[in-house]
Amino acid sequence: MAVKSNLVNMVVCLTATCLVCAALLAGVYALTAEPIAATNAAILKASVSAVLPEGGELSESRPIEVGGQMSEYYVSTVDGVPAAYAVKSTTVGFGGPLTLMVGITADGVIYNTSVLSHSETPGLGAKCSQDEHFMAQWKGFNPAQKILKVKKDNGDVDAITASTITSRAYALAVQNAVDAVKKIGGSENEQ
Amino acid sequence: MDKLLVSPNPHIHTAVSTRSLMRDVVIALLPATVVSIVFYGLSMLLVTAVSVVSCVLLEYLITRFLLKKPSTICDWSASVTGLLLALNLPSTTPWWVVFIGAVVAIGVAKMTFGGLGQNVFNPAIAGRVFLLISFPTYMTDWKAPQGLFGADAVTGATPLGLIKEGLLQGQTVTGIMAENGFSYGQMLFANVGGTAGEISAIALLAGFVYLLVRRVIRPHITLSIWATVAVVSLIFWLCAPERFTDPLFNLLTGGMILGSCFMATDYVTSPMSVKGGVIFGVGIGFITMMIRYFGSYPEGMSFAILIMNAVVPLLNMWFHQKKYGRD
Amino acid sequence: MNSKLQLIVKGLVKDNPTFVLILGMCPTLATTTSAMNGLSMGLATLFVLVLSNMAISAIAPVVPDKVHIPVYIVVIATFVTLLQFLMQAFVPSVYATLGLFIPLIVVNCIVLGRAEAFANKNGIFDSALDGVGVGLGFTLSLTVIGMVREILGSGSVFGWKFIAGDGMLAFVMAPGAFLVLGYLMVLFNKFLAKK
Repeated sequence: MAVKSNLVNMVVCLTATCLVCAALLAGVYALTAEPIAATNAAILKASVSAVLPEGGELSESRPIEVGGQMSEYYVSTVDGVPAAYAVKSTTVGFGGPLTLMVGITADGVIYNTSVLSHSETPGLGAKCSQDEHFMAQWKGFNPAQKILKVKKDNGDVDAITASTITSRAYALAVQNAVDAVKKIGGSENEQ
Repeated sequence: MDKLLVSPNPHIHTAVSTRSLMRDVVIALLPATVVSIVFYGLSMLLVTAVSVVSCVLLEYLITRFLLKKPSTICDWSASVTGLLLALNLPSTTPWWVVFIGAVVAIGVAKMTFGGLGQNVFNPAIAGRVFLLISFPTYMTDWKAPQGLFGADAVTGATPLGLIKEGLLQGQTVTGIMAENGFSYGQMLFANVGGTAGEISAIALLAGFVYLLVRRVIRPHITLSIWATVAVVSLIFWLCAPERFTDPLFNLLTGGMILGSCFMATDYVTSPMSVKGGVIFGVGIGFITMMIRYFGSYPEGMSFAILIMNAVVPLLNMWFHQKKYGRD
Repeated sequence: MNSKLQLIVKGLVKDNPTFVLILGMCPTLATTTSAMNGLSMGLATLFVLVLSNMAISAIAPVVPDKVHIPVYIVVIATFVTLLQFLMQAFVPSVYATLGLFIPLIVVNCIVLGRAEAFANKNGIFDSALDGVGVGLGFTLSLTVIGMVREILGSGSVFGWKFIAGDGMLAFVMAPGAFLVLGYLMVLFNKFLAKK
């Protein structure tokens, strides 16, 4: 190295490096902060809208208890009246936590569901977010008329082949979301 | 040079050779193979045939055309791998899945490492585990034993699978066993679902005894596996019988007998010394029970054997064989 | 061949970081689940490599020897963080798949390795070319591995599926990664030896 490694040099070099890098980072951060925030908001909105009917005005996230744990939900209002709710619901799947976003219209019927995260086995439980038949059956599922359990448990839900545990967890997550929404509906009616 | 590490017997010249040892293993496996075909029908025959033919063919092709050496199929070790692989698969396995299993068993686990004598991992188990993670739906497609010409067999889960699922649902062990009508007699005489090798404990044990009598293998590895499994399951079962299965159940179900008698005792992939072999067996027994009791998979034997295979070089280094003529 | 061009070509074949130098194994195994993922990770690393090589080449003469490693690491980490910001802002879908592995580029041995082996001894332009070469080599190997794993494991190429259903799932998981890497390494080195 061309420069001697004495104390002054080392301190100066390290300080200078840190200052320059910090300045560079701060600059780029400022430039990208807005696009990043916008992108994150868009992703969130997309995951919530995916499970809700179109045309409503989306609220911000509100806390709610789902299946015994604290979670969050969003309300979609049309003309000031809550039309649908999107609830984040987590249960224990086969390989780890299974987190869903469940969209439920105000009359208690499930509009759609989507998987936010899972740790299920590829080719088996992981099909919960890929298998078209499994995913389609949730659209318009009315818990008042059909039983929210897998067929093996005398319910009306078609499980994924050889992935009963994942399917059960999924059904339970949806059930918890439905129960949670009932409470919201109930408490809002009381107001 | 002898490709086979024949450690138990001192080498006074006998008619013993790789080929004769392997032939004895084939003979020992025949009862179980026959029983599985009788119980599962022609689909099992297809699986077995494809497995053996593929293994032999692949070894021939690889040695002759890829490595350009004389072929080694006459030592019958490929046939042994073929039979063992078939016994590890459900009878409903499609033929091309079996073939892929053979490719992994012979091509990857055996030949890539240098052929017989050089492989670290048991080829049949390596093939089976690869298939298990690659084709989970095919590998968990069990049919209840139906008889030689049984038409549409009923899908039946394995005892271990039923236990694992039932427990996750909140049932108790005794509840699950009663619900499915398990009996030890059944397990011994092959009336419960499973891979071909899981169903016939008696046939497998007969083969095992044959190998012992012919002095092809020594019992210390198998016995140490059984002892470890018995002790571990006894402890857990006594503490919480509703959550953990009992020792007899664990000794009779799953790949326990096939694995402990035929896979763990494979010369090449097991330790050369007796002490090493005992530790090897303890390790296999322990890991199997941990996976069975606490893991996501219902059966842990295959993984346990592969894991301990990896430890064998270390065991061989620590426990040198006794040098005859010295001390 | 033009010696400048040679700097680039060397990183692709003779000094291929994955198959010859055997560097950067972690991201190689983790991000090659598909051809697209491998390609994206390779390009991200290329970006960092070129910039860090140039920056380190520029400051190397004035960095005291005893502190050169922390200084290099800070520089590399800065570029990686910049990459993260830019990806999050402009290609969020790629960031969603690779996000977890971007910070790992900091400790990717290739980056610090080239800094130590080349950049701090050569000019800025040459160091940039070296970064391009090694980065392209890395990208090439990641893409190839990703393609093989995707074809065998998912039955698709760059997302275009040619079979219905799944492939051999072992290849989208860790065991398949090791197997594919191992066999490709054999083939690559055999090919190299023949030349």
